[in-house]
Amino acid sequence: MEKTWNNKAWFMVLPVLVLVAFSAVIPLMTVVNYSVQDTFGNNEFFWAGTDWFLDVLESDRFWDALTRNLIFSAIILTIEIPLGIVIALNMPKKGIGVPICLVLMALPLLIPWNVVGTIWQVFGRVDIGLLGRTLASLGINYNYVQNPLDAWVTLIIMDVWHWTSLVVLLCYAGLVSIPDAYYQAAKIDGASRWSVFRYIQLPKMKRVLLIAFLLRFMDSFMIYTEPFVVTGGGPGNSTTFLSIDLVKMAIGQFDLGPAAALSIIYFLIILLLSWIFYTVMTTSDAQG
Amino acid sequence: MARINLEHIRHAYGAKPTSEADYALREVHHEWNDGGAYALLGPSGCGKTTLLNIISGLINPSEGRILFDGHDVTQLSTQDRNIAQVFQFPVIYDTMTVYDNLAFPLRNRHVPEAEVDRRVKEIIEMTGLGGWAKKTARRLTADQKQKISLGRGLVRSDVSAILFDEPLTVIDPEMKWVLRSQIKRLHRQFGFTMVYVTHDQTEALTFADKVVVMYDGQIVQIGTPAELFERPRHTFVGYFIGSPGMNVLPAKIAGNTAAIGGESIALNFLPKIKPGAKTELGIRPEFVLLGREGMPVAINKIEDIGRHKIVRARFADLPISIIVDEDGEIPAEPRVTFDPKAINIYADSWRVGEEA
Ligand SMILES: Nc1ncnc2c1ncn2[C@@H]1O[C@H](COP(=O)(O)OP(=O)(O)O)[C@@H](O)[C@H]1O
Ligand SMILES: [Mg+2]
Repeated sequence: MEKTWNNKAWFMVLPVLVLVAFSAVIPLMTVVNYSVQDTFGNNEFFWAGTDWFLDVLESDRFWDALTRNLIFSAIILTIEIPLGIVIALNMPKKGIGVPICLVLMALPLLIPWNVVGTIWQVFGRVDIGLLGRTLASLGINYNYVQNPLDAWVTLIIMDVWHWTSLVVLLCYAGLVSIPDAYYQAAKIDGASRWSVFRYIQLPKMKRVLLIAFLLRFMDSFMIYTEPFVVTGGGPGNSTTFLSIDLVKMAIGQFDLGPAAALSIIYFLIILLLSWIFYTVMTTSDAQG
Repeated sequence: MARINLEHIRHAYGAKPTSEADYALREVHHEWNDGGAYALLGPSGCGKTTLLNIISGLINPSEGRILFDGHDVTQLSTQDRNIAQVFQFPVIYDTMTVYDNLAFPLRNRHVPEAEVDRRVKEIIEMTGLGGWAKKTARRLTADQKQKISLGRGLVRSDVSAILFDEPLTVIDPEMKWVLRSQIKRLHRQFGFTMVYVTHDQTEALTFADKVVVMYDGQIVQIGTPAELFERPRHTFVGYFIGSPGMNVLPAKIAGNTAAIGGESIALNFLPKIKPGAKTELGIRPEFVLLGREGMPVAINKIEDIGRHKIVRARFADLPISIIVDEDGEIPAEPRVTFDPKAINIYADSWRVGEEA
């Protein structure tokens, strides 16, 4: 199809641009402003150049937190994407089961982050929590307050419980768009269950999977509320992710300069990684 | 290759059919000979696709049995029935190359790769997709995609039957003709049992030895093109086959005369009619003879379509079509006679035979 070019169309996006400017660009610029200045209070600022950036980049604290973030996101993606696909494949395609499943799937998505955090915080407690007590009575030594591994497992299960539905719903939308004729042709061609998945369902889900992957990556990389509510970054620093560290720095220690520099670095990392994922996934799509 | 028997097949899509109208297939009882080339002809919605899907096992019939060479396959899955089917709209595997698309049905059945290569190359040649073999199928046009769908149906050499469900709908007329002749050639070469669904009578008549006409969930007639033309078993076949279709005129039958309006027509046989049936007389436009003798008609319109002329007229106050030769003259006071050999009598829409 030929595209028609009409420069007046730009006026259509003007309102959005203004909105985005006020809601995103301007706040971002104030952060940039902080990141290159120093202050001793009294609203007096000095030019600090790239000092804060170098400080952040040279600190172990930053690299440790970044590593935790990367590991966390990697685990989340390796669990949620395949699990989401498997659940979507097994959801009913017609009948009364469809609305029931959709509602069940949508439920976790409707619960705010801090509520999810609180639910699991209580649920997992060794003294009063159902999960904590049950595991303890089974003789399993589970304690997310003291044991870093338990803290991680708790956070991961929590995130999987909260967000796998998103992947499921996106995949399901991709699956129901496949015409029946494709499945019929596959039967005629003697395709195995795996071939049907590999050559019919997966290609049709590719676009939505890309979206699911990016959303889950960005979101898990920015994880804040859950560890804040459940573990507070501990035990030790074992669940101190970049976002937690940032808040500690900015509000706990009132180091606005380094905190601002960290924010920008954090933002750029997410942007960069998302861009890389997007490019890799879409170019592999365009080949052939 | 197989003989296929459909025994009292009925099918309803709804779970609990209560009336005859709930059935998409009302009753099909029919044998498809081994190696026959059949055209399945009928209007949209008459149940053609349903019937094919029942043969291939994509649908389980509500009632009845299917036999392949005498073996009951009603409960067998599509995979186990070994049937090839080509659908109306192209189905291709987007991410595979054209070559792999065509090889897919063979590889799934573990055909040796050398044989796969030979078969696929044959099909690629036949469909003229040579330059595309190594390209991803997604970039093809709709008719190229349909050629791949068709190719996947033809690539297997061991099938019991090949079913075509209006396979050439999206293909342009000239290519249609080429592909149809190639399918016919394959039929002659390998002797597959073929069922070719279409709602285009020319396509049906040129493809098949036997044409199966369906109407409203039933098979109304099976016959050679000549039989369908000369002795339509049901008034629907009369209308549907031929251009224009048969004239079907309400008639009162008494003994061996038919009365239409004020005119009476002598029949050369004594039709066997149950009392109370709605009776009609059918005569094809080719056998209505226009001249100076016979019963009067009023001509409304004359369409000249090259080889002959179609005259639209009123006879006994009923519309009637008449075919006249290109150079046939049309008198000022036109009259018609009906060729007695070409008259068919229908009772409640079904053709009646002679009184025994
Ligand atoms: N999946 C289905 N569910 C319910 N009704 C259907 C379905 N497929 C076809 N039908 C109905 O069955 C009848 C026959 O359809 P079909 O076999 O597709 O006809 P054709 O192929 O001759 O056009 C139609 O009335 C159609 O509406
Ligand atoms: Mg159909």
